[in-house]
Amino acid sequence: MAAMTMPAAKGRRVRLERPEPLAKADGQKPMAAAKVRKPELLAPAGSLEKLKFAVHYGADAVYIGGQKYGLRSNADNFTLEQMKEGVAFARGYGAKVFCAVNIYAHDEDLDGLEEYLRGLEEAGIAAIIAADPVVIETAQRVAPGLEVHLSTQQSVLNWRTVQFWKEEGLPRVVLARETSLEQILEIKRRVDIELEVFVHGAMCSSFSGRCVLSNHFTDRDSNRGGCCQSCRWQYDLYFGEDEPVLSGEGDRFTMGSKDLCMIAHLPELIEAGIDSFKIEGRMKSLHYAATVTGVYRQAIDAYFADPAGYRLKPEWLEEIYKAANRPLTTGFFFGEPDADDHIYGPEPKGAPYDFAGVVLDYDERTGIAVVEQRSPFRPGQEVEFFGPGGRLFRQTLVELEDESGARIDVARHPLQRVRIRTEQPVRAMDLMRKRIAGA
Amino acid sequence: MAAAEARKPEPSAKAIHGQNSLMKARKPELLATASSPAELERLANAGADALLVGGPPFAARAAGPFDLAMIRDAARLLHPQGKRLYVLVNNLLDNAALEALPKYIRGLAEAGVDAVECGDPAVLMTVREEAPGIVVHWNAEMTATNARAAEFWGRRGASRAVLARELNGEEILAFKAKTSLEVQVQVHGITNIYHSKRRLVESYLEHSANTGRSFVLRGRDGSDAGGSAGLPGAADAAQGLYLIETERPDSRLPIFEDEAGTHIMSPDDICLLEVVHELLEGGIDAFKIEGLLKTPEYNEAAVRAYRTAIDEWLRDPAGYEFREEWLKPVRALQDPRRELTFGFYYKEQVY
Repeated sequence: MAAMTMPAAKGRRVRLERPEPLAKADGQKPMAAAKVRKPELLAPAGSLEKLKFAVHYGADAVYIGGQKYGLRSNADNFTLEQMKEGVAFARGYGAKVFCAVNIYAHDEDLDGLEEYLRGLEEAGIAAIIAADPVVIETAQRVAPGLEVHLSTQQSVLNWRTVQFWKEEGLPRVVLARETSLEQILEIKRRVDIELEVFVHGAMCSSFSGRCVLSNHFTDRDSNRGGCCQSCRWQYDLYFGEDEPVLSGEGDRFTMGSKDLCMIAHLPELIEAGIDSFKIEGRMKSLHYAATVTGVYRQAIDAYFADPAGYRLKPEWLEEIYKAANRPLTTGFFFGEPDADDHIYGPEPKGAPYDFAGVVLDYDERTGIAVVEQRSPFRPGQEVEFFGPGGRLFRQTLVELEDESGARIDVARHPLQRVRIRTEQPVRAMDLMRKRIAGA
Repeated sequence: MAAAEARKPEPSAKAIHGQNSLMKARKPELLATASSPAELERLANAGADALLVGGPPFAARAAGPFDLAMIRDAARLLHPQGKRLYVLVNNLLDNAALEALPKYIRGLAEAGVDAVECGDPAVLMTVREEAPGIVVHWNAEMTATNARAAEFWGRRGASRAVLARELNGEEILAFKAKTSLEVQVQVHGITNIYHSKRRLVESYLEHSANTGRSFVLRGRDGSDAGGSAGLPGAADAAQGLYLIETERPDSRLPIFEDEAGTHIMSPDDICLLEVVHELLEGGIDAFKIEGLLKTPEYNEAAVRAYRTAIDEWLRDPAGYEFREEWLKPVRALQDPRRELTFGFYYKEQVY
């Protein structure tokens, strides 16, 4: 398997211009620049279970979708009851839950909106993420206990538009992924509002909200949850009377972007004063959510423990790769994306690991863990156990037993509970991944 | 929640409409786009009531670039005829484009422009501050999907809503019934179905060159621009660059790149001439013919066809009957590989 390399920050490197410290009005010496606050780490929670893991692995906040008005209509979206359970769980860790209410609504969708928003507020949701002005206005009117954050679906790129939404009473804007670090700095300088920025995960290749390929190809409304990722399909490029632009064989045209990964640039993002670091991925696996959240959590904490001594740890990158199913890029942060930032040809395989199990329980006396199967595994396989905070060890599986203690030669049933002797202690909500043979 | 305190008091939509009452269309407006001063004059003569133009960096997908001098001349030509000039300021603006915006808006005001079509709140606020005499038409492309959102923008200064093309006929008429704003519907031509800030053709050609493939793009003068020279910008719409998706060999999706990014356009053209009377009966205020990627000859034929239909309906709404022969000149000029369809007029979407 070809080694995956970290995307180089491209093009012109941004010089972080720290704004001049403000002079006091009476001409005294300027105040020192305010100490940088720790950003919120915001993780995706595509289901109640994923929520618990994201929070457990270190998210300060998670975002979910309900059964209506959200863009991921194929996720296991939360019922109000599940939201309440999620909110209670998160509260135990001091974490908040946001709900994406981010469609652009057609008239037919608006019935029931008020009741839905009141339900979110009552369920303890801290904020909604919204794009349609009707949703924003309605929430402000009927559920003032909900913060309203502006969705990336509004594709906000400039400080004046950010200021508009601040004047509308919104405390936070999620910027378009087309903003560079330089542009983010300027927006931060000009407008006193919280900025939430995607730092990891899949990206639309279009301006968010400005693509109806799915509508045209499949009658599925992309701006109400029906996106079928047509940007990742294969196309041929022609001109004139069906003359191919390219000769010979080779990769076909596509618009699909690599996935964003900014783990190598955390100090710049932190020092820019970005308030919330957002990880994309409600449709991605529990394994992804836990792994990626865990890595960014460790990195952010390491930076604040010792900013001057901070350095990117290779194991963080390795962990990211184990959960990555697409190659990685820094997107628009440092310049315009080009040939290196899109996925041409067959998608390269991710790292040779698969999510295999969830640790439910561990007995210190016997050294035996009860693991819930998430993909088949068998004796002789090399696995890794990992948990929050960077705990990780590898071992080869020796014996597997079912719950009654009988030996089994393979754990083949989903959610099957398997007893495994682990070489080091593990804890509930630790995860197990298996190495894929031959890779 | 400091929402109420933070928000400035809004002029009512009615007050704003009152300001601009002189500009309000009293009868249905036939709006066309122009790619050049010559085409603008031609389409005005053919019966367009209003023309829509624009230029980089503020316009996305203007039919052809108009600078301020050309805009000024266009206003001088149209106003004595009782016709109006609108300018596209519909691009999503970054900080750099924002710097030049106030001056541009003031320039538009001085040029006598009647309205600006925009979808970025920064533009709306800049027009209100710098040129309150210019009317704002709210155009947020695919995201303009419900009447209450239109009212929202109306209360912040817009007087017209440009509807998304992905609404069906029922939704269009319901929208009009539920809003106090004017409603503009695209009745003919190509639509934008994808807009990216990325240079996707250039990236792909760069990738191909890196993997040893050569490409050929024919310039407008017929000469070849091959190898890796002249990367798009050579993605020039006039050369007819288009995509074909693997499973849909009969759909050609025009694609082009400019300062606003990469644009992928619809494989077919909307043609609602046959149902224009439904829209007229429903009170739709403006009927837009999109002339992008079409010749002036074609656009003139389209303008004449809709002019005829609208005038016939106005003359005798009760007795109005669509006549297929009105479409014949358009069909004669229609690219045989592009269908005339009803677009989303009869569609039900799922999600």
